Parts: sequence; C-alpha cells; structure tokens
Amino acid sequence: MQQLISFIQKYKNFLFFLLLAFIALFFTINNTRFHKSKFISSANKITGGLYEKSSQFSNYLNLKAQNEELILENTSLKNQLEFFNSKIDTVLDFTAIDSSHFHQKYVYSNARAIHNSYHKKNNYITINKGNKQGLSKEMAVINNKGIIGIIDDTSSNYSRVQSILNSNSKINARLKNSFHFGTLLWDGKDYNIVQLEDIPRQATIQIGDTIVTGGKSTIFPEGILIGTVKSKATKNSLRSINIQLFNDMSNIGYIYVVKNLEKTEINALENLTNE
Amino acid sequence: MNKRLYIAFLFLSLLFLQVFILNNILFLGYINPYLYVAFVIFYPLREERFPFLFLSFLLGLSIDFFSDSGGINAFSLLFVAYIRLFFVRVFLKKTTQDYLLFDLHAEPFGNVFNYVMTLIIIHHFILFSFANFSTQNFSDVLVNTLYASIFTAILFFMGTYIIRKKK
Repeated sequence: MQQLISFIQKYKNFLFFLLLAFIALFFTINNTRFHKSKFISSANKITGGLYEKSSQFSNYLNLKAQNEELILENTSLKNQLEFFNSKIDTVLDFTAIDSSHFHQKYVYSNARAIHNSYHKKNNYITINKGNKQGLSKEMAVINNKGIIGIIDDTSSNYSRVQSILNSNSKINARLKNSFHFGTLLWDGKDYNIVQLEDIPRQATIQIGDTIVTGGKSTIFPEGILIGTVKSKATKNSLRSINIQLFNDMSNIGYIYVVKNLEKTEINALENLTNE
Repeated sequence: MNKRLYIAFLFLSLLFLQVFILNNILFLGYINPYLYVAFVIFYPLREERFPFLFLSFLLGLSIDFFSDSGGINAFSLLFVAYIRLFFVRVFLKKTTQDYLLFDLHAEPFGNVFNYVMTLIIIHHFILFSFANFSTQNFSDVLVNTLYASIFTAILFFMGTYIIRKKK
C-alpha cells in the first residue's frame, strides 16, 4: 500500500497526462464513426449560439449573391408550375381527385449554414435549426445547386451536417441519362471534386455528363443535382470518376432540409426481407 | 490573482482568435495557422503541473467542439504541454529554481526560437497525423506540418514583437 501511494505520488503528473490523453483519444476515435460522433459536436448551445452570432455579420456581405440565386430558383420553379398547370388544363380537366396522385413523399424546410468547413478530411456544417424545428438524424441537406450532406447530430436549436466532403460519406448516385448507379465518395483532396465509384462497366460515360442522386436510399430524393463528369480513370478494373460539383462547397448560405415521410415504412419493409 | 487573470485572458483570447479568425484564413486553400499552441509557450512555469495540463486539455477540447474534430486538438496540445519542461531544460537550460523568475523575452533569441519551433512542429505533426487518422497520405501530413508550422511561427514571432513594442 505504501509503495502504491509513493508510486502515485512520484508519477502523478504522468498518470494525469495519461488519463487526459485517453479521454482525448476516445473522443477522436468516436468521431470517426458516423453513429457515435455525439460527444464533440458544434451543434450544442454554446458553440452553435456563437457561430450564429458570428455568421450574422458575414451574412450581410453575401446578401446580393443570395438574392440573385433566389430569383433564379424562383424562375425555374415558376416555369415548372406553369408546366404542370398546362397539363392539368389540357389533359385531366379536374375529374375525380385520386388520392394516390396527391400523396406527398418529401417535406422541405429551410435553414441557414452558420459554420462550414471544407479543407479538412472530415468536414461538417453547422445549421441553425434543430429538434425543435422537427429536424432529426439522417435527413438530407441540399440547396438550389445540388446536394450538401446528411444531418448526423441535432441539439434543440442546431444541427450538425456531415458534408459530402467527409471520408465517412457514402451517397447513392447515378447518371442522369441512364440508370447505372454507383457510390459517391470523397478522397479528401479538392473540395470541388468528388469521386463516383462502383459504376458498372457497361455504363457509357462521357466527359460532361450530369450526375444526380440515385434515389436508392431513403435519405435523398431521386434526381437532386450533384455535378458533371470531369475525368475518368480505370485502375485495377475499378472505375473511378472525378465529378466537378455544381455547388461551391466553400460558399454555403441558405439550405433546404429534406424529410422523407415514408422512411419508416421503407425501412420496416427492407428489414423484413433481410431476416 | 494577477496571474490567474492573465491565464484566463490568454485562454479565452487564444480560443476565440483561433476559432473565429485563424480557422477561416485558409491561405492557398488549406494552410491554417494554429496559434493556440502559444498557450503552452506563455503559460508560467510552475512545479505544480495539474492545472496547466488540465487547462491545455480544456483549450484543445474547446477548439475541437468548435471545429467538429473529435479530440485531436485536445490530444496534441496536451502532449506538447506535458513535454514542455523537457524542452525548457534542453534549449533554455532552466532548472526548478529558475521557474519563478523565468521570462521568455529575457532569453537569447536563438534559444527561444529553437524552443518555440520545436514545440510548434511537434504539436502540428501530432495534430495532422491524428486528423489524417490513417497511414495513407503521409506526405500530405508532412507538407501540411511544414507549411502550417512556418505560418504559425511567423504569426507568433510577429505577434510577440508587436506586443512587446507597446510596453
């Protein structure tokens, strides 16, 4: 007992250092896993609130560009609306309302990015809405130019988004003009370029082809824009395609959060077949 | 009391400087200074090391909270804080008796430069190794360490020079 106490006395600094080092390592290792990265997150009250304050200043500088984007998006939405209106007028002519036609699958809500990182290996975005506004884990985050990421942690008023620029990010994507799909990854090098892997060999891919989300997951709706094919490389019989993103990931302001209303239904069905 | 205020001021100012200004610099797209390592350099030398180790850990962890990086800043700053005394002995040749009267600015510049550069490079190397968290891209770790260390050192020496001039 005496020896033990004197040992602790002698090496107390080192033992204290070891204790703190283990805590830090524990946080580091936990952070690399998607479902466990809860402890150290900028989506808490203090850091979220401070980021909100600081982003309010920088937000003024981008108002003009944001307005222009809104006008562009409004125009395209108005055009789509006119297209559907014309269809209703000419073809359907208001007969019986079939409830299955009006079944809504996704709900969009808006939020603003208050902190954004894009130069690290695992990047996250903090947004200014959380549990209280109905956001939860594994909802898709997009903006008018394309996909941004998936929510991976929420607090009452803030959420953390796992950006597509993250080594843990895997998103189902396909070519716009065919239904060959693959997995969207990021190699951690250039924040404007992501990689599409596991595309079947028979798919014909041209430089400049558009890539959109595949709709094979319950998170992203089908057909959300991602980017265009920049270059393709074949090594070890696996094809890797570099994709130039439509989004400028270093400049993200207002975003949309997409909630899939049928997610529990689809998941229940898929778990049933796996058993 | 005066010392405690000084430490609290150092802690908070380095935290906010790092999180709100330096983390957004991204010179050439990816080079960032990590000036919060100055906390370890400026913290008064003491025999009692518990508060020092704990505060270093806490500063690193606070920065991790802001930058969603797990515990990498906490670990690297803690490690540098733990090995600081060793380098004080090696480069500045101070023993336990000299701690109370120690003043970094009174030391010859060559010694201080070696001391500061060693701490910065060790800290940055650990930081980038853990941020990478694999054996791949090891050259990126070295390149990042080199550039960021130079950037941090320039800021550190310019900052201390300006602050000293005022007094």
